[in-house]
Amino acid sequence: MNLLSEILMFIGAFFMFVAALGVFRMPDIYMRLHANTKSATFGVLFLVSGAAWHFWEIAIVMRAIIIVIFIFATAPVAAHMLGRAAYFAKAPVWKGTLSDDMKDKYDPKTHELAGIQKNHKPTTAKSKRDKQDD
Amino acid sequence: MTILNMLSFGLLIAAFVLAFARMIRDPRREHRILALDRVVAVDLMSTLSIGLMILYAAVTGQTVFFDVAITLAFIAFLGTTAFARYLEKGKK
Repeated sequence: MNLLSEILMFIGAFFMFVAALGVFRMPDIYMRLHANTKSATFGVLFLVSGAAWHFWEIAIVMRAIIIVIFIFATAPVAAHMLGRAAYFAKAPVWKGTLSDDMKDKYDPKTHELAGIQKNHKPTTAKSKRDKQDD
Repeated sequence: MTILNMLSFGLLIAAFVLAFARMIRDPRREHRILALDRVVAVDLMSTLSIGLMILYAAVTGQTVFFDVAITLAFIAFLGTTAFARYLEKGKK
């Protein structure tokens, strides 16, 4: 195993450790999401590229590229959904937090932006389905 | 296995322990937020296990673990998304 792939994989493992440390120590669920998403995906990038450099065959490299693209595409989506759920569940923020830009802008029942609903009524399939449920 | 690989394994296992400790601690909050905290920790643990699989594949030379890592990435994303969606919308 050559030295470059070992160094790359060590960098990746270090970033994943930093992510876990952030998830363990941060005082607030939004900060924990931030540590989880960014640092862990960055660590996966380095680990996978180190392993791909170690094998260096076309099948393995294509699988490594698929893993990296998939994780980089899905981690922000998952983090956004978790942060949105935490915001609507009124998760407490850290006491040093200064501003909340989204305060009073969401309708607490429909979970949509209040300013959009005043101007025009959305007619997407999702809103029709929600109205039928009501 | 060289010393750098051992250090990488040690860092990943320490990260696993930290994420697990976050998952089992702090039992006194309102339960939806507590569940979201745990979902964050479980999401991190799935990412960590993908990393462990790839490191293990590189150390032992077994390339099968790349396929397992792809599948685990799919399933972890589906699980996190389902948890977040149902914790946001409730029982509707």
